Amino acid sequence: MRKILLLTTVIFVGLIFIARLFYLQVYNSDAYDIFEDTAIKKEYNYPKRGYVYDRNGQLLVANQPSYDVMVIPREVSPLDSLELEEFCALLKITKEDYEKKLNKAKNYSYRLPSPFVPQLSKKDYAVLQEKMRKFEGFYIQKRSLRSYQTDIGANVLGDLGEVNRRTIKRKPYYKLGDLIGKQGIELSYEDVLRGVKGIKFIQKDRHNKNIGPYKDGVFDTLPKPGKDITITIDSELQAYGEQLMKHKRGGIVAIDPKSGEILAMVTGPSYNPNLLVGRERNKNFNKLFRDTINMPTFDRGLQAQYAPGSPFKVINALIGLQEEVVEIDEKFTCRMGYYYGSRKLTGCHHHRSPVDLNTGIAQSCNAYFVNVYRRIVDKYDDAGIGTNVWAEHAKSFGLGNYLNNDLPVGRKGRIPDGDYYDRQYGDNRWGSTYTVSNAIGQGEVEATPIQLANMAAAIGNRGYYYTPHIIKHIEGDSIPDKFKKRKYTSIDKKHFEPVIQGMFDVYNKGTAQTLRVPGIEICGKTGTAENFVKIDGVKTQLTDHSIFVAFAPKENPTIAIAVFVENGYWGSRFAGRMASLMIEKYIKGHITRTDLEDWILTHSLENEYKKPYSGEPFKINGQTTLQVIDKNPIMIETKEQNLIN
Amino acid sequence: MLRENHRSFKFDWITIVLFLLLVVFGYLNILSASHIGEITSYFDSSQLYGKHLIFVGLTFVLIILIVSVEAKFYERFASVIYIVAMIALIGLFLFGKDVNGARSWYGIGSMTIQPSEFAKFATALAVAKFISDIETNMKTVKDQLKVAAIILIPAILILLQNDAGSTIVYLAFFFVFYREGLQQVYLIIALSLIILAVLGLKFGVLISAIVTLLTLACVYLFRRKNKDSIFNYIIALIVCIGFSYGVKLFYTHGLKIHQQNRISLWLRLEKDPAKLERMKKAEAYNLIQSEEAISSGGLTGKGFLQGTRTTGKFVPEQHTDYIFSTVGEEWGFLGTSLVVLTFVLLIIRILYLAEAQKSQFSRVYGYGVASILFIHFTINIGMVMGLIPTVGIPLPFFSYGGSGLWGFTILLFIFVKLDSNKINEW
Ligand SMILES: [Zn+2]
Repeated sequence: MRKILLLTTVIFVGLIFIARLFYLQVYNSDAYDIFEDTAIKKEYNYPKRGYVYDRNGQLLVANQPSYDVMVIPREVSPLDSLELEEFCALLKITKEDYEKKLNKAKNYSYRLPSPFVPQLSKKDYAVLQEKMRKFEGFYIQKRSLRSYQTDIGANVLGDLGEVNRRTIKRKPYYKLGDLIGKQGIELSYEDVLRGVKGIKFIQKDRHNKNIGPYKDGVFDTLPKPGKDITITIDSELQAYGEQLMKHKRGGIVAIDPKSGEILAMVTGPSYNPNLLVGRERNKNFNKLFRDTINMPTFDRGLQAQYAPGSPFKVINALIGLQEEVVEIDEKFTCRMGYYYGSRKLTGCHHHRSPVDLNTGIAQSCNAYFVNVYRRIVDKYDDAGIGTNVWAEHAKSFGLGNYLNNDLPVGRKGRIPDGDYYDRQYGDNRWGSTYTVSNAIGQGEVEATPIQLANMAAAIGNRGYYYTPHIIKHIEGDSIPDKFKKRKYTSIDKKHFEPVIQGMFDVYNKGTAQTLRVPGIEICGKTGTAENFVKIDGVKTQLTDHSIFVAFAPKENPTIAIAVFVENGYWGSRFAGRMASLMIEKYIKGHITRTDLEDWILTHSLENEYKKPYSGEPFKINGQTTLQVIDKNPIMIETKEQNLIN
Repeated sequence: MLRENHRSFKFDWITIVLFLLLVVFGYLNILSASHIGEITSYFDSSQLYGKHLIFVGLTFVLIILIVSVEAKFYERFASVIYIVAMIALIGLFLFGKDVNGARSWYGIGSMTIQPSEFAKFATALAVAKFISDIETNMKTVKDQLKVAAIILIPAILILLQNDAGSTIVYLAFFFVFYREGLQQVYLIIALSLIILAVLGLKFGVLISAIVTLLTLACVYLFRRKNKDSIFNYIIALIVCIGFSYGVKLFYTHGLKIHQQNRISLWLRLEKDPAKLERMKKAEAYNLIQSEEAISSGGLTGKGFLQGTRTTGKFVPEQHTDYIFSTVGEEWGFLGTSLVVLTFVLLIIRILYLAEAQKSQFSRVYGYGVASILFIHFTINIGMVMGLIPTVGIPLPFFSYGGSGLWGFTILLFIFVKLDSNKINEW
């Protein structure tokens, strides 16, 4: 015992030390991360974010400097009450804010910088800069914010916001306080526009003084500026579309059929992109995002998915010709609708009968297309196979699936196939009569405006389209190849001419005769989509949506367009007028149909939109009167109204 | 005769290799902890690492001197050496130089000498001499008091010079005395007092009293045969409570504020976050920085001269008392466990050799060497990792400083010499 007391104690202490060291250095220690090392100061140098130009070279988005006050909680030394007061006054925050912000930063990390007060004004920055040294643990980080050179295109241009922690975990390039594209092209071209920030690692001593570059600067990098991009948008056309969409809800998508370039992408209501820049960004963003009635951040051109109505009839005509179930001059009778035996499957409006393909399209005869559709489906022994054949043709127009383009949002739409109905009715327990609403673009068929515009482009091109896209040029780089490849429809070229003639006659003698634009041969198709909402649990019908799909000129089209106006009633009433005006604006550069323009600018649908929320019974469609407004209203702007336009 | 001579200088190479390992590794870490900017010359004597290299060089001269002297010399002149060392300590009161509030140095030109570093081996020699005396009986109170005086004289002198850390080192001799026959009861009393002190400070005198009462009650109940009178137990209880209370009083009134705060940090007595925040910038600063440097080293460390906190001089006193944090940061767990292992092996080796000595003087001295190294090792590394309260003493062979390095070298190599000579003894 006497001999081994010291021996055992030595071994015991040795073991305790090894255990403690194991705990400190192995068990409780993460892999060395220089970004977590408080002995090394990281100085970021944010590069210029790429500028954005429109297709005509007009600068849409530039940059402005911004100054964030950042904090590293670990390095903050407690401020006495006088210092605290001074600091809060400089930052224009209260003492409670100070505590709250500091705690928030601590919750994130003691060692890593968090934004404390983001986006100071230049004036505040100038005052603060000199006094910053006094407040240990705080420093100013210069960044670049967006500066929008325009009031339009918020949905296209998108915006930048502070990167969230989930993204940081996934992409460690980003540090808390960094800005990242949140919507629009800022989101889809983040990697191109962003560039790469430069970083300097600086060895500090314990008094927080710099004592030189870390490892002689071998890890330091220079910032790489972001690349400028040119987008396909024609900002003049975009602005015009947004002007037409005022006091309405809906979307317009215009595409150049020769390239798939998106010329305009309008959603209404929209907002001024400048709202999402600067210190007010979060407040405004929340306000816009939480507006579930107007939904200004919902891009109706890309995300509004509805039954397309009559424009879809054109597709059925093409499929009918391709499947050789109908001749161009074959006529069908219409008795104000389609009858199956004595049962009326669908109604129609008053027109001459019987009708051939041309009149069927021009007059939008429901009976004609139910006949064609039934022949397509019934060509095969099994309605399921017939429906699949039909669906494959329709899908070759880019319907029923994502377009796989460079826009951050979108929806699939829907083209039902045999399986879909097997699930709904049971295997082989249905036939073409069950699905006749597909003939007229109602029922299960659904599409978004951009899909319809693309469909119009494919028709105008006589059988192919380019994936609609928004990128036109990337500085020092090329746009993805997938946007340069033609995608062919499953319809032979020869079948397009008679159908296009029908669409031309929609303007010539059909449902859009009043919308003709002198000097431009427009081919189009009106559409009307019934729609229902639930009010207090009761399914209630609202005024129909107004839809219009067109391309022009008839030969070698330069624009394909889809317009969709919520509760605008029949197709040519709102959507058709707007489509014609957009086409004229794009092709001629000015408007001769000022009567159409005046009408659109002086008619508002805002009363219509209030109806479901009024709590009172209301009338729809034909029993409503339109609200007429002043063309140039004297704006009485309150902050609330200011947000959306 | 020649053959005889050859055998008579059989040095223990294991001890020497372990010693060299510590000195060389220590030098490398001092180099890392003390260099500022580029290292232009390793021999630059204006730099701490340059000076230490000179100290290391002189150490080898010293070793040759120590082993050249006849082994008998150390036993014969133990008392003289002790007296000289004590005079050197006393002389500090007249000629000493104040550094950081402690009067522990003689200044000779630009050089400083710290006699307390040399007092350790002198005391170890004196203790060995006294205990190995044929007349001494460690079981008698008279001789216990005499040997206590031998260690108390330097301990008190050093305490008066305001170097509390070096004073604590003299507790090491308890292991020596115990080995040489000090009664078991002292060990039990020592342990009980430590437990009582910690209990009283951490949980209060009341809890400490209750624990004592329960312990004594158990002892009383289980000791059926030859029971002491219950009166003795009551006296023991009162003494224990009194001690616990005394420690508390000493803690609040006897200690300087910074000493009090160190203990409070160790036992985590302070709960007020504002005060803790202040302590983080003061008493706790070194410890936090040193623990962080050690943790940041991870398994393999950041590499020699690559420690970011060492380069940035984040740990004050890193080249002296906190040198172990450099090892932690730059060499990682592999380096730190190697150092711990080397110390443990060295101490065990010395103990093994001591037990093998034929002369009692050599054995007691060897025990003294092992104990002193052990106490330094435990307190220094324990402190740097936050396991024990902050006490400023160096890590043997590792920390910067000539006095320390030479003091420990003399301490160790006198034993190496004594050991090498054991065959010649009768
Ligand atoms: Zn009809």
